[in-house]
Amino acid sequence: MVAGMWIRSTMTYRASFALTLFSSFAVTFFDFVVILLMFGQVEGLGGFSFAEVAFLYGTAGTAFGLADLTMGSLQRMGKRVRDGSLDMFLMRPAPVLAQVAADKFALRRLGRVAQGLFVLVWALLILDVEWTAVKVLLLPVTVVCGALIFAAVMVAGASALFWAQDAAEVTSSFTYGGNTLLQYPPTIFAQELVRGVVYVVPLAFVNWLPALYILGREAPAGVPGWAAFVSPLVAAVCCGLAGLAWRAGIRAYRSTGS
Amino acid sequence: MRLYGTVAAGGFRRHATYRMATAAGVFTNTVFGFILSYTYIALWDERPQLGGYDMADALAYVWIGQGLITVCGLMGGGFEDELIERIRTGDIAVDLYRPADLQTWWFSANAGRSAYQLLGRGVVPMAVGALAFDIALPSRPLTWVAFLVAIALGSAVSFAIWYLVAMSAFWLMDGQGVVQVAWLGGLFFSGMLLPLNVFPGALGEVARVLPWASMLQIPADVYLEKYEGWGLLGAYAFQLGWAAVLLAAGRLAQSLATRKVVVQGG
Repeated sequence: MVAGMWIRSTMTYRASFALTLFSSFAVTFFDFVVILLMFGQVEGLGGFSFAEVAFLYGTAGTAFGLADLTMGSLQRMGKRVRDGSLDMFLMRPAPVLAQVAADKFALRRLGRVAQGLFVLVWALLILDVEWTAVKVLLLPVTVVCGALIFAAVMVAGASALFWAQDAAEVTSSFTYGGNTLLQYPPTIFAQELVRGVVYVVPLAFVNWLPALYILGREAPAGVPGWAAFVSPLVAAVCCGLAGLAWRAGIRAYRSTGS
Repeated sequence: MRLYGTVAAGGFRRHATYRMATAAGVFTNTVFGFILSYTYIALWDERPQLGGYDMADALAYVWIGQGLITVCGLMGGGFEDELIERIRTGDIAVDLYRPADLQTWWFSANAGRSAYQLLGRGVVPMAVGALAFDIALPSRPLTWVAFLVAIALGSAVSFAIWYLVAMSAFWLMDGQGVVQVAWLGGLFFSGMLLPLNVFPGALGEVARVLPWASMLQIPADVYLEKYEGWGLLGAYAFQLGWAAVLLAAGRLAQSLATRKVVVQGG
C-alpha cells in the first residue's frame, strides 16, 4: 500500500519518471559496456570467455536488481533514525520492515532488473553449455536465492543503522561491491578474498558457486562441488540472521524526540 | 571575499562533523578499490601497456579514482540534492534575498566540502592502495603540487556541472531525472569505470574532450606525469575552459530562472 502510494506519486511527474527509468537502465548498462570494452581488448579474462562473464554478470545483476527493488529503500533509513521520523512507522499497524522497505519505493529500480535479465538472456543465447535438467532447474533457484541473500545483507546493514546512523555506505560495499565482484570470474581475485565471500559474508552463493557448476567449472578456493546446491539453505540462514538483527535493532531504537 | 571564505570554512566544518559517514565512505571506497584493482590486473595481464599505461599506472589510476569520487563529485556533487530541495520547497526565495551571489555562495561552500573530502576520504584509500598494491608514484615532488592543482580545477568543473543540473529544477521541479542523467554522464565519461584512454576509437576521442574528463582522467594523468611543461598548461587550460563555460552557463540559467520562474510557496 505504501509502495502503491509512492508509485502514484512518481507517476505525477511522468516525463521525469520515464527519464529516470531509462537512465536507471542505462546506468547499469554502462556498467556492462565496461565489460564489453574490456573484451574489445582481450579474448578472455581470468580464463573465462565473454559469454561466461556475461552469464556471471546477468545472474548477479538480476539477483541484485530484485533485492534492490524490494529492499533498496532501507539505505535511507539512517536518516529516519537520525531525524526521528521513524516513529511514524512504529505507530502504524503494519510491520516496520515492510513500511521502511516501501518508503520512497522507486519503480525506476525495475530498470536494473530489466538490464540484468537482458544480459542474462544474451549470455544464455551465446553460451555453449550442455544443459541437463538439474542445470535448468538450478538457474531460477540461483537468481531467487541470490536476491534473498542480497536482501538479507541489506536488512542486516539497515539494522546496524539503529546504532550507527551514518554508516549506510558500509552496506553498499557489500551490496554494490558484492554485485561488482560477482560479475567477474573468481579466478582473477586473491584467494583470501574469495574465501571471505564463501565463509564470512556468503556472497559466493549468490551466483559464483551455482553458476560455476552450470558452466562446468571447478568451484574456487577448494570449495566442495556440492556447495553449488546449498544456496537455498544459505539464503534461509541469511534471512533468519537478518531478521534477528532487525528485531534487535528495533528493540534498541530510541527516538530522538524531535 | 571574506564572506565567501567563511562560507567555504563552513562547508568544510559541516562535512567534518559526519565522522562516521566519512569512515563508512572510506571503507566502501577501499573495498571497491580492491575489486577494481583485481579486474584491472586481469585486464593488464592480458594486455600490458593497454592505453599507454603499465600495470603500476593502471593500479594508481584505480586508487586515484576511489580517492576522488567525492572530491570531484564523480557520482554526484554532494550539494545538488540540497539545492534542488530548496528550489522545490521555495526556500530558495530566502537565499535570493541575501546580499550574496547565489552561485558564488554555493561554489564556496562546495570548495570547503571538496577540501574536507580530499583529506577525509581521499588520502586514506590512496594510502591503502599504495600499501596493498604496487602502484606508480610520482618521481618528482612537484608532481604532487601539480596533481593538487588539477584536482582543484576538476572539482570546479564538477561544481559547474552539478550547479547547472540543480538550476534545471527551477523549470522541472522534480530534478531527479536530470540528476540521474548527469550521474550517468559522470559515471561513464569521467573514466571512473575504465580509463578514458582505453576507450576505443571515436568513443574515446569524444570522451576525452567532454568536461567530465577534467574530473578524473586529467588529474590522474597529471599524477602519472603524462604531461610535461606546456602539455601540463594545456591540460589546465582544458579544465579551466570547461569550468569557465559551464559556470557562465550556470549563471545564465540562474538569471533566467530568477527573472521568469515563479517561486513555489513564496
